[in-house]
Amino acid sequence: MSKSTPRPIPPIQNRQRITIGISLLVVGLFMLLVFTRGTQPGQTATFGMNITATSKALTIPDLVLPVQPALYTFIVITVFLGAWQLARGVKSIGWLVGIVAFCFIAAFLIWATKEKSFNLVGMLSSTLGRATPIALAALCGVISERAAVTNIGIEGIMLIAAQTSVVSATITHNLYLGVIVALLTGGLVAGIHALLVIRFKVDQIISGTAINILGAGMTSFISSRYLEAHIDQLNNSGTFKIISIPVLSNIPILGPIFFENSPIVYIMLIIVAVMYVVLFYTPWGLRTRAVGEHPKAADTLGINVFLVRYINVIIGGMIAGLGGAYFTIGSVGRFDQNMTAGKGFIGLAAMIFGKWNPIGAFLSSLLFGFADSLQVKMQILSVPIPSSFLAMAPYIVTMIVLTGIVGRAIPPAADGQPYEKQ
Amino acid sequence: MGTVLELHGITKSFPGVLANDHINLSLEEGEIHALLGENGAGKTTLMNILYGLYKPDEGEILIRGEKVDIHGPNDAIARGIGMVHQHFMLVPVMTVTENVMLGVEPTRNGIFLDKAKVAKHIREISEQYGLEVDPDSYIGELPVGIQQRVEIIKVLYREANILILDEPTAVLTPQEVEGLFKILQTLIEKGKSIIFITHKLKEVMAVADRITVLRAGRTVGTVSPKEVNPEKLAAMMVGREVNLVVRKKPAQPKEAALEIKDLYVRDERKNMVVNGISFEVRKGEVLGIAGVQGNGQTELVYALTGLLPLESGEIRLLGRPVYHTSPRTIIERGVAHVPEDRLKHGLVLSFPLHDNLVLCNYYLPPFAKGISLQQTVIINNAEKLIKQFDVRTPNVYVNASTLSGGNQQKLIVAREFSRPIKLLIASQPTRGLDVGSIEYIHNRIIEKRDEGTAVLVVSSELDEIIALSDRIAVIYRGQIMEIVDAAKTSKEYLGLLMAGIQPSEAAKAAAKTKKETEVERVF
Repeated sequence: MSKSTPRPIPPIQNRQRITIGISLLVVGLFMLLVFTRGTQPGQTATFGMNITATSKALTIPDLVLPVQPALYTFIVITVFLGAWQLARGVKSIGWLVGIVAFCFIAAFLIWATKEKSFNLVGMLSSTLGRATPIALAALCGVISERAAVTNIGIEGIMLIAAQTSVVSATITHNLYLGVIVALLTGGLVAGIHALLVIRFKVDQIISGTAINILGAGMTSFISSRYLEAHIDQLNNSGTFKIISIPVLSNIPILGPIFFENSPIVYIMLIIVAVMYVVLFYTPWGLRTRAVGEHPKAADTLGINVFLVRYINVIIGGMIAGLGGAYFTIGSVGRFDQNMTAGKGFIGLAAMIFGKWNPIGAFLSSLLFGFADSLQVKMQILSVPIPSSFLAMAPYIVTMIVLTGIVGRAIPPAADGQPYEKQ
Repeated sequence: MGTVLELHGITKSFPGVLANDHINLSLEEGEIHALLGENGAGKTTLMNILYGLYKPDEGEILIRGEKVDIHGPNDAIARGIGMVHQHFMLVPVMTVTENVMLGVEPTRNGIFLDKAKVAKHIREISEQYGLEVDPDSYIGELPVGIQQRVEIIKVLYREANILILDEPTAVLTPQEVEGLFKILQTLIEKGKSIIFITHKLKEVMAVADRITVLRAGRTVGTVSPKEVNPEKLAAMMVGREVNLVVRKKPAQPKEAALEIKDLYVRDERKNMVVNGISFEVRKGEVLGIAGVQGNGQTELVYALTGLLPLESGEIRLLGRPVYHTSPRTIIERGVAHVPEDRLKHGLVLSFPLHDNLVLCNYYLPPFAKGISLQQTVIINNAEKLIKQFDVRTPNVYVNASTLSGGNQQKLIVAREFSRPIKLLIASQPTRGLDVGSIEYIHNRIIEKRDEGTAVLVVSSELDEIIALSDRIAVIYRGQIMEIVDAAKTSKEYLGLLMAGIQPSEAAKAAAKTKKETEVERVF
């Protein structure tokens, strides 16, 4: 009956398999063409395994790699995986991409370090520090969005809290008071967001954007009008001392990375664990998730949807406030204009990549922290890439992650929708 | 035995509507009391008042003779009232246990959820009432029939004595409805009392001990099923005599207007939901597509009307292939589409009626001249059509959103049927409509068939399919189970097909010997 033949349909899995396989081969080819150029036999790359002389960790010898053999090893692994994926396909795309990304970064580091020395543990240690505000922003996002309130105002909340904390800490000469002020500021600003979107049903994106604009404008104004003129009275608080955890900080490599940090880093790690347990193992978490997925169902069972949302958004704001404090009293001891530099937004990306799970959000934050830390160290190594391009690294990682190649995440079903009681 | 619940003079008004006007209702212990009424008669409002979701303006609620105030679901639950909502109140990404415990979570050490305890309790309830379900399965993976059991378990877990079931059969296959009725019997044997809200007469006659009929917010009366028949109940619901039978002459099918061969379609999430469907619809016949919602019907219709691309296969419309053809071209070839979601795809709610009536052909003369719309012609057209199709509205200038569901549907029918059409695709044409509107729309569809139009009706209401169709195709998971002659089949047989079960030869033979000339339409 038909003259035209039906179009053949390759199943989606096939198309995906071929696309990813070819992409990996292209990555391998790129590594071969770029990273091996100009290398000579006998060159070595030295990776430092000790953070500083003052660290409590036991000193271990540095890692010295022969450049060419190491590079070819990573290239061969990448090409092999690409070919395998193209021919057969693998079950876990996540692992595949992860391994290839590791090979690529390793090859990049070896290329950048050839005939030089690079402090690897130092970079990993600063990764956790740089990941901390991102993780706190992501955790704020997780707890708000699990109750279905989108908060894109995290950037603004962090900026405002960064300023209030450093000013209060400078005036009172008490860093802990600075942290408390940061928590209160974050809770207050998030509370305004909650009131606008829950009570008055303002569009959540608009409200969040307004908070970001307000945060940037207000802090810049206060900064240029008051803080710059009275730096020592208002904007010079000093920072938290590094706390070394006894015994654990003596472990080589791991010690300096995890157990010699600012107290805010430890608090962040505690929040990750606590939030995970609360969300998945307690009544409050169950109610929060129900409110985020199907608020009407929760309502018909007598759960106060609005109350759950208010509390979650405000707690989220306090966590973001802590993230703001990390920028000032946690790392440099003073406020600079727009010093959060988009970390709040990157935190939202980490939240999505981490599938709205506190632990996932933390691990994704490490990825962004790593990209950030890497670009700084690369500038120091003076690799032949303009520093502006290097500075893009965390943002480029953000965009790649959000394309959803590595497992698309499903947000809470009611995310971003106001709840109307009939 | 005694009266467990009494409602006296419940009155509730919303801006512009008196939803409940001094309604009285009493519920005896161990009875199934049906609350019958058309959409908009005030059934759901009344139950939401009882469940504490609305506050009544007037009237009182007595539970076991004691006057109570119910301020919210928590109060209702505490007084032993449980509600199974029409749209299930279940979180799909959570397990049965999590859904059941939500709101009354037992804990270990005062902090951690005690899921094991709840799961054990669920198993006990399952056993006691014959509600089999696995506490650890995820809601999203369960069929609707089982989801409904979970809703009932939720209510029993909270130790409710009075169960309100709001339109519980709307989403079930005939076999699942049978199962539900058995469960209801078990429940009343164990001393529970049930309020059963519905607009389907057959169900009421089958299970109710007493029936209270509501119309336009008032109680029409309370009767026993023994003293009434479906015609009388329908008259009580609508307020006038209703013809419960679709009268139609045998079809006189001519050449095929629509031919589909090996059609595959993906939904918006790229899942293959239409899996190799072939059939044809001939001029002068009605082909009904029966099936439980979500088996690919929506996407099939979208593909036929150009709203979704074909993955593979072929559609031929009046002999010409449809492939990457725009909806406008398809409309211009003479296809009318009554979409399943009239609010989303059928009307522009914020447009006045007269503009809604020319959405298909506003760009053609006489409605347009060059680049300008001819307002007078458009308005005259609208005035003619609302008279002809009996759309009840103050005038043609009001927005479509102000009409009732039945009148909105008539508006769509007016627009689609007034054009010269060769193929009519009607998806859920009477969903949510009252008996009077259903009667009207059914008659119009049959009229079109008799004029020689090919008609494709998609509906999840089996009674509607049987009433309208000349041939019935049953769809299950994107495939046609079987195409049967409507005059030689039975509801039971179709029900098995709808559940994906290939009936035995015996059932086939039994169904085929049965012959019905006139099919009763049941709501």
